Amino acid sequence: MSARKKLAEKFSWTRKHLLGLEELSREEILHILNTADTFTDVSTRSIKKVPALRGRVVVNLFFEDSTRTRTSFSLAASRLSADVIEFSAKVSSISKGETLVDTARNIEAMGVDVIVIRHSAPGAPHYLARCVDVPIVNAGDGAHEHPTQALLDMFTIRQIKGRIDGLKVAIVGDIAHSRVARSNIWGLTKLGAKVIVVGPTTLVPSSMKAMGVEISHNLDEVLGEIDVINMLRVQRERITSNVFPSVEEYTRLFGLNAERMARAKKDLLVMHPGPINRGIELTSEVADGANSAILKQVTNGLAVRMAVLFLVNQAHQGSN
Amino acid sequence: MKDEKSVGGGLMTEIYDSEQFLSALNNLADQIAQSIEKGQPIAIVGIRSRGDVLADRLAGLLKEKNIKIDHKGILDITLYRDDLDQKGGQARVQATEINFDITDCIIILVDDVLFTGRTVRAALDALVDLGRPRAIRLAVLVDRGGRELPIHADFVGLKLPSGESNKHVQVMLKETDGEDKIILQD
Repeated sequence: MSARKKLAEKFSWTRKHLLGLEELSREEILHILNTADTFTDVSTRSIKKVPALRGRVVVNLFFEDSTRTRTSFSLAASRLSADVIEFSAKVSSISKGETLVDTARNIEAMGVDVIVIRHSAPGAPHYLARCVDVPIVNAGDGAHEHPTQALLDMFTIRQIKGRIDGLKVAIVGDIAHSRVARSNIWGLTKLGAKVIVVGPTTLVPSSMKAMGVEISHNLDEVLGEIDVINMLRVQRERITSNVFPSVEEYTRLFGLNAERMARAKKDLLVMHPGPINRGIELTSEVADGANSAILKQVTNGLAVRMAVLFLVNQAHQGSN
Repeated sequence: MKDEKSVGGGLMTEIYDSEQFLSALNNLADQIAQSIEKGQPIAIVGIRSRGDVLADRLAGLLKEKNIKIDHKGILDITLYRDDLDQKGGQARVQATEINFDITDCIIILVDDVLFTGRTVRAALDALVDLGRPRAIRLAVLVDRGGRELPIHADFVGLKLPSGESNKHVQVMLKETDGEDKIILQD
């Protein structure tokens, strides 16, 4: 019997919320990835649906713009036969705590079963989890965490590399403001990977060391030793700020292009959480090249989100 | 049949030993060989867990009887259960491994014990989501009665008297439990 199967047999999932990877154990993370494994084939069937969440309602409560994460969650819920409600609410201020709870309580009163929330305030999902009874899934909270993105990144690494333990993973870009980076760091280090965060000094604070990562301000220095590179998206709103170098300078120092790929390991896995700024953090040649797993990440996101929705709902139903 | 008193509990335990087990399995294979529809691709699909191992064993026996099995598969029905709500964090999803088109196949669906019929109901739903088989035939090693749904097995290796329906029935297999036997407990 494989080690993966053995773990699956003795482990029991009990969390009704997915708020972040910081609070998850290694076993819990692996259980999500293993459950996601079994969902990958649903999308290839003639009927791309299973009835596991039939009669349940999943609400996408998005206070920030999102296309792919929202679509991915919607599709994941549909594939589990849940009904999906889209709730968009743009807020001008992040300090509307009361409005957030009122909104969530109203939605809860309609009898929903899972709330998927994206909010610009770090900790908003955690706050909601204390205020309402239904399972909360964090789809991104400010610069804090984006757990499902990190889970799908790890799922993709494991799928292609066959393991995570012992790999060297570089995360490149605006680490300080990135929830994707933060969730990836928590998850990857728990699964035994060595994480190197790379970027200009203004965007990669030395305080990140406390999270158990290595810090580098020189991509070329680490390029030859890494197995996976996760290129974060350059946030356009930061380009104009004084912490960010010019686009040209950023691309010259931290952009991934064919010339840099030639100096990297042959099987370097290239990832990006999307949407890509072609020509800035990645050239098209690299984004569409043989080492790129960018579209696989999107496909895997669906399986990972199905697994998360399935697990939190099951833990919630079981606890009632 | 051998009767054994279990130690301490005072519960009556009956055991069908490996010889009786194999005769039930052979009986099952004979029935299938005699009346399975010919002329269509035949697929044997076991329900996790134990049904999958039994399906493998049956496929071997059927081959000896010159029945050609065109496809083998494993069905995980966790996502189709009607009691997911009651199981808390206990139900674990495992992969369904059916890597062929089931459309127009005759499917021999295999499970170890037929009891309430709810597992088979879930398996039928799972199968029809994968395609439209020509027919699905149900083969079980043990039919222990106690049905809660109108489901009937086409092939039965061992039928327990209906009076046994309050007992706990467990099928043990060489491959997973080290020994072939069937255990009945009060």
